[in-house]
Amino acid sequence: MGPIATTISRLYGTRGWIALGAFAAVLFIVFPVFSLLVPPSSPFHVSQYWVTLIGKIMCYAIVALAMDLVWGYAGILSLGHGLFFALGGYAMGMYLMRQIGREGQYQADLPDFMVFLDWKEYPWHWWGTEHFWYAMLLVVVVPGLLAYVFGYFAFRSRVKGVYFSIITQALTFAAMLLFFRNATGFGGNNGFTDFKRILGFTIATPETRMALFAITGATLIGALLLGRWLVTSRFGRVLMAIRDAEQRVAFCGYNTVNYKLFIWTLSAVLCGIAGALYVPQVGIINPSEMSPANSIEIAIWVAVGGRGTLAGAIVGAGVVNGAKSFFTQAFPEYWLYVLGLAFILVTLFMPHGLVGILRKWRATT
Amino acid sequence: MKPVEAIPLEESAPAAQDDTGTRYTHPVTPGEVDLSHGAILYLEDISVSFEGFRALNKLSLMIEVGELRCVIGPNGAGKTTMMDVITGRTRPDAGSCFFGQTIDLTRLSEAEIAHAGIGRKFQKPTIFEHHTVFENLELAMKADKTVRRTLFARLSSEERDRIAETLQLIRLSDRAGRVAGLLSHGQKQWLEIGMLLMQEPKLLLLDEPVAGMSDEETERTAELFVALAGAHSLVVVEHDMAFIERIARKVTVLHEGAVIAEGPMAQVQNDPRVIEVYLGR
Repeated sequence: MGPIATTISRLYGTRGWIALGAFAAVLFIVFPVFSLLVPPSSPFHVSQYWVTLIGKIMCYAIVALAMDLVWGYAGILSLGHGLFFALGGYAMGMYLMRQIGREGQYQADLPDFMVFLDWKEYPWHWWGTEHFWYAMLLVVVVPGLLAYVFGYFAFRSRVKGVYFSIITQALTFAAMLLFFRNATGFGGNNGFTDFKRILGFTIATPETRMALFAITGATLIGALLLGRWLVTSRFGRVLMAIRDAEQRVAFCGYNTVNYKLFIWTLSAVLCGIAGALYVPQVGIINPSEMSPANSIEIAIWVAVGGRGTLAGAIVGAGVVNGAKSFFTQAFPEYWLYVLGLAFILVTLFMPHGLVGILRKWRATT
Repeated sequence: MKPVEAIPLEESAPAAQDDTGTRYTHPVTPGEVDLSHGAILYLEDISVSFEGFRALNKLSLMIEVGELRCVIGPNGAGKTTMMDVITGRTRPDAGSCFFGQTIDLTRLSEAEIAHAGIGRKFQKPTIFEHHTVFENLELAMKADKTVRRTLFARLSSEERDRIAETLQLIRLSDRAGRVAGLLSHGQKQWLEIGMLLMQEPKLLLLDEPVAGMSDEETERTAELFVALAGAHSLVVVEHDMAFIERIARKVTVLHEGAVIAEGPMAQVQNDPRVIEVYLGR
């Protein structure tokens, strides 16, 4: 085995790899087979609803992983991660809007909302978005650059704890107000929707959806392994030391600002990628993704699953969003109460989340 | 006002090139501690005032290479302020403070001073409670501490040996894999001393290292310090007189921000001024 393969194989123990392998098998074998090959008449058929729902939740799980890296390991609680997610989504959305071509309501060269606003040409920031590679570059660079600049000033000025959280919250709120304006050029409160194609493939076919689903699954697993590699490296140990006693770390000769900035920017980029995967599957992106409540919910997923565990972030995103899609259909008016209650109970009784309970239970048996 | 005349570069440049250090008898490397005169730390006429209160009053002190020096004095004598001046936390109002022959500590930041080779242990032990003992030492170890390096860092066998050596020195070999938060108070103090040693300082400043330790732990700490002296230079500030008697070769007594006595313990104990201000026997 090469050094890279050895490094990867060391990330998890036997049990961890088996669990991950089973997860991958479900994503890459069970879902495609039961969704594409088993006919819709069969009771074993996996419907589009489930493919979209699980695909969406996996995007959220990537965001939760990104959140866990900064919150669980570096102790930086961000209440603005929805912003980075939405920015990645908007970058992808711009490309998808241009793929619609003349098939919009007005059958014009410009997207419908621009025709509606009586614009004659694309605004400057849409430049180059007809190219897939350029849009993908934006997906990574825009959230990354924003996070880097914001983080640089915040960490250098030693903004910490609650103050940092509040500023991130304000940042996403300000961005939401900006994106609500029609003049900003992102479709105002309607955002982008009615996508037709991605890379020439019709976006609504089961095959395209399954491909997006599989890519999301692969990204999630890749993000998990990347995160695991980071937190098991010496870099990860420095990060946790910063979380516990930042002064002492600086006293050991580490420049803590650089460490925080690195993980913060990486986390934002992961969110951007998750947003870009989310938009073609869900079919819409609008400024409500940047609402403060959305970003707070991300923190709840991680708290429920278990901070500082990575796997817990995925579990938390899955459990909370699974419950959300159940409640919002069965008892729509109670969902927010359930969410609030869950957060209180987790904070009071499960400081290490679901994964913490699982570990405790395993340790006692 | 007369406009400032620009000095032509051609005229000033050759002058700077003229003397290229030929007057020095031995080479001076920037950033390296020059110990050629046998002394590692010089404090001369250091004065520090806090809003009228004279914390240090023309304090002068010299520590030799490999020395184990104890500094005692009643509360408010200026012991901690002296440590603060040496580590760059406090800037003196007057006086000079040199590390070796060449490094002017009054001009360096705290991080630069730590980097130059002065390690300080504070009164309250601060270790990484959620990391294992081994990881604590690993993080403190002298190494390239940039993000890029730590991402790909792997412990070499030499580094493992160094950590093992330090573990043995601080008597925590059998607890290497234990989470540091579970150690006893005394063990935490040792771990912190171990972390200091991992940074390979040339001068160790220890502020009340045995505070809160049991008698047995204090005894072991005394052994440790005696073992460290020679290879390292140590300055120990302590209140525990039994401990001082156990380790001290040379004692410096501070009072009201100045040195009032210096010498072997027995001599200092019999100094009438010391008896008057401090020992009070």
